[in-house]
Amino acid sequence: MTGIRAIIRKELADHFSSYRFIILFALIAMVSLITTYMVGMGLREELSGLAKPKFVYLMLFTSTGPLFSLVQFVAFFGPLIGLILGFDAINRERSSGTLSKLASQPIYRDAIINGKFLSGVITITIMLLSILLVVSGLGLTLIGVVPGVEEVWRMMIYLVISIVYVALWLGISILFSILFRGIATSALATLAMWIFFSFFVSMGASVVANAMVPLDQTTRGDPERLMKHLKVRRMVSLISPMQLYNDSTGIIIDPTRKTTRSLVLMGPIERLSSARFERPLMLSQSIYVVIPHLISLIAITVICFGVSYAVFMKQEIRSI
Amino acid sequence: MKRSAIIETDHLTKHYGTTVAVDELTFSIQEGEIFGFLGPNGSGKTTTLLMLLGLTEATSGTAQVAGFNPTKEAIKVKRIVGYIPENIGFYDDMNGKENLQFIARLNNIPDTVSAPKITDALERVGLKDDAAKKVAAFSRGMRQRLAIAELLIKEPTIAFLDEPTLGLDPEGTTLIIDYIQSLSKDNHMTILLSSHDLTQVQRIADRIGIMIHGRLIAEGPLEKLAHEKLGVEDREISLDEVYMKYFQEVSG
Repeated sequence: MTGIRAIIRKELADHFSSYRFIILFALIAMVSLITTYMVGMGLREELSGLAKPKFVYLMLFTSTGPLFSLVQFVAFFGPLIGLILGFDAINRERSSGTLSKLASQPIYRDAIINGKFLSGVITITIMLLSILLVVSGLGLTLIGVVPGVEEVWRMMIYLVISIVYVALWLGISILFSILFRGIATSALATLAMWIFFSFFVSMGASVVANAMVPLDQTTRGDPERLMKHLKVRRMVSLISPMQLYNDSTGIIIDPTRKTTRSLVLMGPIERLSSARFERPLMLSQSIYVVIPHLISLIAITVICFGVSYAVFMKQEIRSI
Repeated sequence: MKRSAIIETDHLTKHYGTTVAVDELTFSIQEGEIFGFLGPNGSGKTTTLLMLLGLTEATSGTAQVAGFNPTKEAIKVKRIVGYIPENIGFYDDMNGKENLQFIARLNNIPDTVSAPKITDALERVGLKDDAAKKVAAFSRGMRQRLAIAELLIKEPTIAFLDEPTLGLDPEGTTLIIDYIQSLSKDNHMTILLSSHDLTQVQRIADRIGIMIHGRLIAEGPLEKLAHEKLGVEDREISLDEVYMKYFQEVSG
């Protein structure tokens, strides 16, 4: 236990004093503040003169404004935090010759990975929490509406899911830092992974859906076929953690969303689809909807860890 | 004085694929002695050290370090063994003191206990004035001295030193060897020292082991080896001579 504490302590000191962290934090803080400001101003304009709608506070995070919503920003940029914090976790120690020293101290070898992962998670938590608080403060002064209890709960759950999501990418990058000896190689591999899951999976999903359930002029009007098409597309896109995250935070932060499925605005389904805006979902029901997604996110993290352990325990540690 | 074996190996073997790094190594090291471990690069010295530390698993054969099995009781072995790897690494963006403190924490030494120890150790290896400097600015000799300070913090009963004088100038080498001798004398550590610096090894080693191609071809005090190989008893012998003789025999 003491070994892991010493490692966490050192890693945290490293993170907080590194330029890498400072730049990342500054960048995220800046973008979030600008986004919130724009969204907040927009909301104030739109809502002036209206009776206070429900969940205004949450709208701060979900409204897109002129650029993107804060939730979208974290979904897209969050992985980068995890990747940047972890891509050189093990291989830097290896190349600087400190790994053999570390491994020859009376600590278990998994304490090295665990310590690095936990210190990363602590860093991520501090980063996301502080940004969320600052953004909330700014938003509150802009729109002047105090959040309700349920909204605060929803924000906290959103924060937890976000931490799990970023930690997942941290796990992936630590795995890559074990697999690849070169720091540049593992940096590129993690970036490739990120780009693949952000852009190509959604593209690939529509390609697969088109191939399996083609929609042409004659079949376009068939709702059943359309549903099938969307179903295939959704299933394929769910292999991306980003999709899992988008779906689950969407539900949590937007109480009027009742399903993670996409909208279909035609025929009888249109009624069902638009019915979801009529009454917000209770918090417990929202959680119930996203539990499978959350479990998948955690499962991917655990798998990454399992592989990391298996590889790292067997790896030769030489001073060369 | 009757000494007991603190390290013992029995037909210790390590294969990397088809190459045999260590071939049926059987030897023992007595408590409190300085054992000079010689041999050309790639002869299996480092692999042997790694096996004794439990960092690498032996293909076959067994080893015992202070009564513990390095593979099964790695943590217990690592608690009492200090290891200075070849080209030892430090955290470059931390200063000398912080590096030592990290080692102390990993060894479960509370900060209150380690603080005076760190000051003493830095003074003893002559790094007192450089303690606040980042290790990135350290010269090679200073890094090796910091490594010695690490041993003074950890205070192991056994120290493995893998080429601690590699790439040092003659004065630096002498200094390090003196420190190692004092680790043995003043701190009562058993020392396993691998080096290419034969004159220096000869100066401090109680016994010598020569390893070539993964085999320990000779082992014993220098006088014994000299007697076996050169047939001399009384004249001034140098380890160089003995080593070359063994080496030529195996290679030629």
